Amino acid sequence: MIRINCPVCGSRDENEFTYGGDANVVRPAMDEAETGPWLDYVFMRDNPRGPHREYWHHVMGCRQWLMLERDTLTHEIGDCILARGVA
Amino acid sequence: MSHYSAFSVFRNALTGNRHWQRAWRDPHPKPSYDVVIVGAGGHGLATAYYLAKEHGIHNVAVIEKGWLGGGNTGRNTTIVRSNYMMPGNTMFYERSMKLWENLSQDLNFNVMISQRGQYNLCHSPAQMDAARRRGNVMRANGIDADLFDRVEVRQRLPYLDYSPSARFPIHGAIFQSRAGTARHDAVAWGYARAADRQGVDIIQQCEVTGYIWDDGNIVGVETTRGPIRAGKVGLAVAGHTGHLADMAGLRLPIETHVLQAYVTEPLKPLVDTVISFGAAHFYVSQSDKGGLVLGGDLDGYNSYAQRGGLPMVEHTLASAKALMPSVSRLKLLRHWAGVMDMSMDGSPFITKTPIDGLYLNGGWCYGGFKATPASGWCFAWTIAKEQPHQDNAEFTLSRFERGYQIDEKGAGPQPNAH
Ligand SMILES: Cc1cc2nc3c(=O)[nH]c(=O)nc-3n(C[C@H](O)[C@H](O)[C@H](O)COP(=O)(O)OP(=O)(O)OC[C@H]3O[C@@H](n4cnc5c(N)ncnc54)[C@H](O)[C@@H]3O)c2cc1C
Ligand SMILES: [Zn+2]
Repeated sequence: MIRINCPVCGSRDENEFTYGGDANVVRPAMDEAETGPWLDYVFMRDNPRGPHREYWHHVMGCRQWLMLERDTLTHEIGDCILARGVA
Repeated sequence: MSHYSAFSVFRNALTGNRHWQRAWRDPHPKPSYDVVIVGAGGHGLATAYYLAKEHGIHNVAVIEKGWLGGGNTGRNTTIVRSNYMMPGNTMFYERSMKLWENLSQDLNFNVMISQRGQYNLCHSPAQMDAARRRGNVMRANGIDADLFDRVEVRQRLPYLDYSPSARFPIHGAIFQSRAGTARHDAVAWGYARAADRQGVDIIQQCEVTGYIWDDGNIVGVETTRGPIRAGKVGLAVAGHTGHLADMAGLRLPIETHVLQAYVTEPLKPLVDTVISFGAAHFYVSQSDKGGLVLGGDLDGYNSYAQRGGLPMVEHTLASAKALMPSVSRLKLLRHWAGVMDMSMDGSPFITKTPIDGLYLNGGWCYGGFKATPASGWCFAWTIAKEQPHQDNAEFTLSRFERGYQIDEKGAGPQPNAH
């Protein structure tokens, strides 16, 4: 069981949350007309073995979107902050 | 290396089983090979076997960081089927099914293919319509498929929940009678032994840590047992594709996720087929030892850790109980996990890469065991002939930029939904 330290609610079990994926992908500007940046955004991933910045939604708690760093090899969780400050 | 036969079993029995030979050699890596395959799972070993057998390329090494068959090949729930309906998938998986049907004879090793049939249950009229469409596509391609209504499913699988209080009523099922299971370890061992007999070096306890480059081309691999040069390098590393591609500077439409499997205490024969629940991601079969083999969903987040979490155990067992209430008092004996490349459309890659000398076999999501024979067969073809066979022609990396995703499940660009 992963425990996530929600900045609002404190340390909670992972099944209160839904996973929101890689936080490093950035949506291109809506007037971006080249296909390359959209290909990168929709399909391509760094997929690191190690630290991964990602979104989680505390859907069964405060309902805030969070951004945290988690190690994909050990599942160890690092800093967890509110996503609205950054994204 | 001796041929296995009824006679060899008899002869070795008479001499106290003291004269069996090793099933494969344990060679030191040579300085160079024509082809180096990274990853001694079923796919890598099959590729080496078909390179030698079909294309006469015998100077091949398969390099494995652990022991052969210790990756997903040894961790999966062994279901084999060919009920795919998207162009690009359908005939590939049917090629695999045809290879499975003769694999034990071809390899001279019993892979225990058991064509016990597989049911995909439907729980709504819309699911029945979708199943009918899938079955029609399969039949149009010469693949067996049957559609059963609720009454027939109930006769065939009487132990499922047909009560009015069933959480998801069973409307019917699509059935493939040639589908079934195979013995996962035997597949790795059978291909290993057959490849070894063709002269292929299988090098275990040897991790690939980088590539040898020459002018932007890959001409070998760096390993924990020294550099090995190669005319061509093929990756068949399942969940580690992202990591090995990254070392080559490639960014892929893949995320690595963890999937668990579960086995209960042994029972007398109960489930003599393979059953997939259509309302949640759950399926069940029974092993020869009597344990029910259960599978379910991904844990749901990127992971290279070969272990899963408890929430998915609970979710999977809740699905089991919803479908088959009689299992509720069974004890779980074991559960484990493997890490897989989840591609962005749920379909694999068997292709050349933008880097000369590097070939890719990956993106198998949670369905690559059934693909093992055809995957090796098509990857060997692609490496030997420098172009895909028509059965793997769509499994390119470029399909995403061209807008030709093969989205069998219709789930969109979601790496954790296929
Ligand atoms: C729990 C679970 C259930 C599944 N159920 C089914 C099912 O019922 N039906 C089905 O069709 N599929 C199923 N699958 C998927 C299937 O197991 C895989 O798609 C398939 O086995 C992949 O085979 P492979 O040979 O590509 O990979 P693997 O068997 O994983 O082999 C890859 C090998 O590469 C090695 N490797 C990795 N990195 C390196 C390196 N740097 N250097 C050297 N070697 C390296 C690994 O050690 C490993 O042995 C399931 C998977 C899991 C995890
Ligand atoms: Zn919260």
